[in-house]
This record gives sequence, structure tokens and C-alpha cells, in this order.
Amino acid sequence: MQPKKDTFPGGLITGLPVFFSYLPIAITFGLLARGAELDMVQTISFSALVFAGASQFVALNLLNLGAGFPEIIITTFLVNLRHLLMSASVFTKIEKPRWTPILGFGVTDESFAIAGTRPGKLTVPYLFGLQLIGYLGWVGGTALGYITGDFLPDILRAGMGFALYALFIALLAPPANKSRKILTVALVAGAINWGFSLLGLTQAGVRIVLGIIGGALTGSFLDPEGRGLR
Amino acid sequence: MNFYFLILGMALVTYLPRVLPFLALDLEKIPPGIKIFLGYTPYAAMGALIFPGIWQSIPESLPAVIAGGIITTIISLGARNLVLSIIGGVLTATLILML
Repeated sequence: MQPKKDTFPGGLITGLPVFFSYLPIAITFGLLARGAELDMVQTISFSALVFAGASQFVALNLLNLGAGFPEIIITTFLVNLRHLLMSASVFTKIEKPRWTPILGFGVTDESFAIAGTRPGKLTVPYLFGLQLIGYLGWVGGTALGYITGDFLPDILRAGMGFALYALFIALLAPPANKSRKILTVALVAGAINWGFSLLGLTQAGVRIVLGIIGGALTGSFLDPEGRGLR
Repeated sequence: MNFYFLILGMALVTYLPRVLPFLALDLEKIPPGIKIFLGYTPYAAMGALIFPGIWQSIPESLPAVIAGGIITTIISLGARNLVLSIIGGVLTATLILML
């Protein structure tokens, strides 16, 4: 179901899966932040200003371990370096690169996964709608998690840990099924990240960046003309 | 130290990598080779985000992860609907957890 018009509502609609997969994760974040004794304004500002799922969980974890602010900020930087590549990739697909300070803020793994795999050019209103609906899910879910506490049964919450991965799989499977090059690129990237993890490189942010670079280089090598991308 | 220093510091180091490419790149001047590299970046990113993190997504049960992954793949290839695929995958994983 892909709305043809590259409009703001079109972006909102294509972003619905992101909204729904963020909600449970954001609720969990709200819950954990409350457990880490953040107040409600701090918790909501966290999601509203940082808007980065993985780093927020890492930060809570480090806070609980008693880490200092500089250490947490450096870790966040490493975890988020991959967005350099994602933003650059989105940038090559956008029609008129305007409103960049806002569009840059909204680049997440999930909005990027949808925008990056969408054929053809992107428009500014479409991208904005796509990012906004995800943002609402993230900030709204955080507030919901903080306020309502643990209304979710444990078993459902455990199952929902799978939601973001389901989103990535559902976005990757159709193009990977059509193009062996795309499948190879994804598998090489995953193998690099996994391999470094097995070798004991604990910085997930660094591993992911290495995986993305290795995978995309493999794509450039297998397909120097870029035919598989059209 | 004030907690908001942490939030603002994190916001800054999250925002910079996201916005710098938009500000620093000139679309006309990007060489074709780099464009192809960036074109494959989404697929590489999804591969690197899925593996190995997916194995830890439900720490209680690896079979739940595997079953969820298989069902998500099947639905996404058949129905081509993201929301359905995600719901199907999460429900399958939850059902396996309940067994």
C-alpha cells in the first residue's frame, strides 16, 4: 500500500508502521526512565529533543551503572554516527533540499529505511509527514509509558521487543527477494557487524557503521553502474 | 550536574550527524560512484541493524525470534503490507513465548 502522491498525508500514511513499531518501545523507555528516577519533564524532553531510540536506552543503562555525562555523550555520538551515512543517502534522493535543519532532525533508522528504499525522488512534504508521524509515536509513547506505568502484560512487552526488527525485515525482504545484489549487500553488512561483535568489539555504534560501509562498498563493487538500484 | 546538560549534550551529538550531510553536500557535485554507494546504504543499514541485534530482541526465547522472523518475511513477501507484517511477526513471537 503506497500512496502515489508524494504529499504530506502520503508521508503520514507510509509512516504509520513506524508509529506503531515505535509505540511499544517508547512506552518501555518511559517506564524505564521512571524506574531510573527521572521526572516526567526530563523523560519527555529526553525523547522530544534527542529522538534516538538506541542511544536513549544506552544512556539509561549507563546512568544506572553510574557513568558520567561525558562518557554517555561520547557513547551517544558513536551510536549515532551511522546517521551521517543515512542522511547523506536521503539527501541524494530529495527533490529540493530545503528545510534541512528540520528534515535532518527527523532522520532515524526507521524513517530512513522507508524513505531510502522508496523508488524515485522524495519530496519535502512527504519526508516531513513520514518523520512527523514517527516523532509523535516516539514522544507520545514515552509520555504514555511514564504516566500509565506497567499496564502492559510482561509477555506482550517481551513480544514487542521484536517490533522494530519486524519492521526492518518487512522492508528488506521484498527488495532482497527481487535482487540478489541487494540481498548480498544486506548479508555482508550484517555479517560484518556480527563478526566484529563475536570478536569482542562492544561498541555497537562503531560495528554498525563498519557494517554499513562494508555492505554499501560491496554493492558498489558488484554493481558499478547502479543498475540494481533503478 | 543538571540533568538537562546531559539531554542537551546528547541532543547535539545526535543532531549533528543527521544534519551535517544536508548542509555540507552539494547534490550536483556528488560523484556517481558515491551516489551508488549511498543508494546501497539503506539495504546495508538494515542488514547491519538486523544482525546480530535481532538475537537479543527477545532475550527469553530464541525460537520466538526465529518464528517471528520467518512469519514476518512470509507476510511481507506475500501481502506487501508493512503493518500486517509487523503485527504478524510480533503476534507469532508472543505466541511462542506463551507456549
